[in-house]
Amino acid sequence: MNIEFIESGQKLTIKLSGELDHHGADKTRYEIDERINENDITKLIIDFENLDFIDSSGIGFVIGRYKNIRKRNGVIEIINASTKVRKILDMSGIGKIINIK
Amino acid sequence: MHNNYVYIKIPSLSTNESFARAAVAAFCSSLNPTIEEISDIKTAVSEAVTNAIIHGYENTVGDIEIQCRIKNNTVEIIIEDFGCGIINVDKAKEPLYTTKPELERSGMGFAVMETFMDELVVLSEKDIGTKVIMRKKINSKNN
Repeated sequence: MNIEFIESGQKLTIKLSGELDHHGADKTRYEIDERINENDITKLIIDFENLDFIDSSGIGFVIGRYKNIRKRNGVIEIINASTKVRKILDMSGIGKIINIK
Repeated sequence: MHNNYVYIKIPSLSTNESFARAAVAAFCSSLNPTIEEISDIKTAVSEAVTNAIIHGYENTVGDIEIQCRIKNNTVEIIIEDFGCGIINVDKAKEPLYTTKPELERSGMGFAVMETFMDELVVLSEKDIGTKVIMRKKINSKNN
């Protein structure tokens, strides 16, 4: 999985491409949290447009970032989820705590 | 037509999660599945293999065996590890239940397998290992 970071003030957009599984989540979560913490991010946008695959490890990954950003009184948003990515997101009920656009 | 099968043995390294689901998907392609069916199978395989890596073997490396069989228009996938086993399978299958929240596990693995496949059987014995058997009927236009 690859991540592209786009930062503007306290808003950080992460564009994920490739496959968000256990392997991909473990490799990238520290790097993302470091950015959030060091740059005082209060709005995290996760862009799934170029994501080819997600499983329940990806849900764990999203919830992990949600917990981090909430500790900072921030908000998190998911954008551009494809139908197949949406299927897992909907099943998890994550939409109840995170805005999915 | 002969019933087709494939047998794959991999070490429990997280880098193999991607290989395992891609290999099973490639094997199933002869049934002419829809994109959604292939996506469901890949996700279910990913869940079972990830469970074997994280829970079956924890921080050690052991073998994961994957068997796939096509019988008529149904694919059967067996994913087996020889790790620590699951003490309470019913509990493990409950959505959102996880023994490893600190690792950001969502506790949804078995729920995903159950939803995305037609049938799920989990056999496990402490210190012997875990065997996950999943079946899915492929409703391709050729069948």
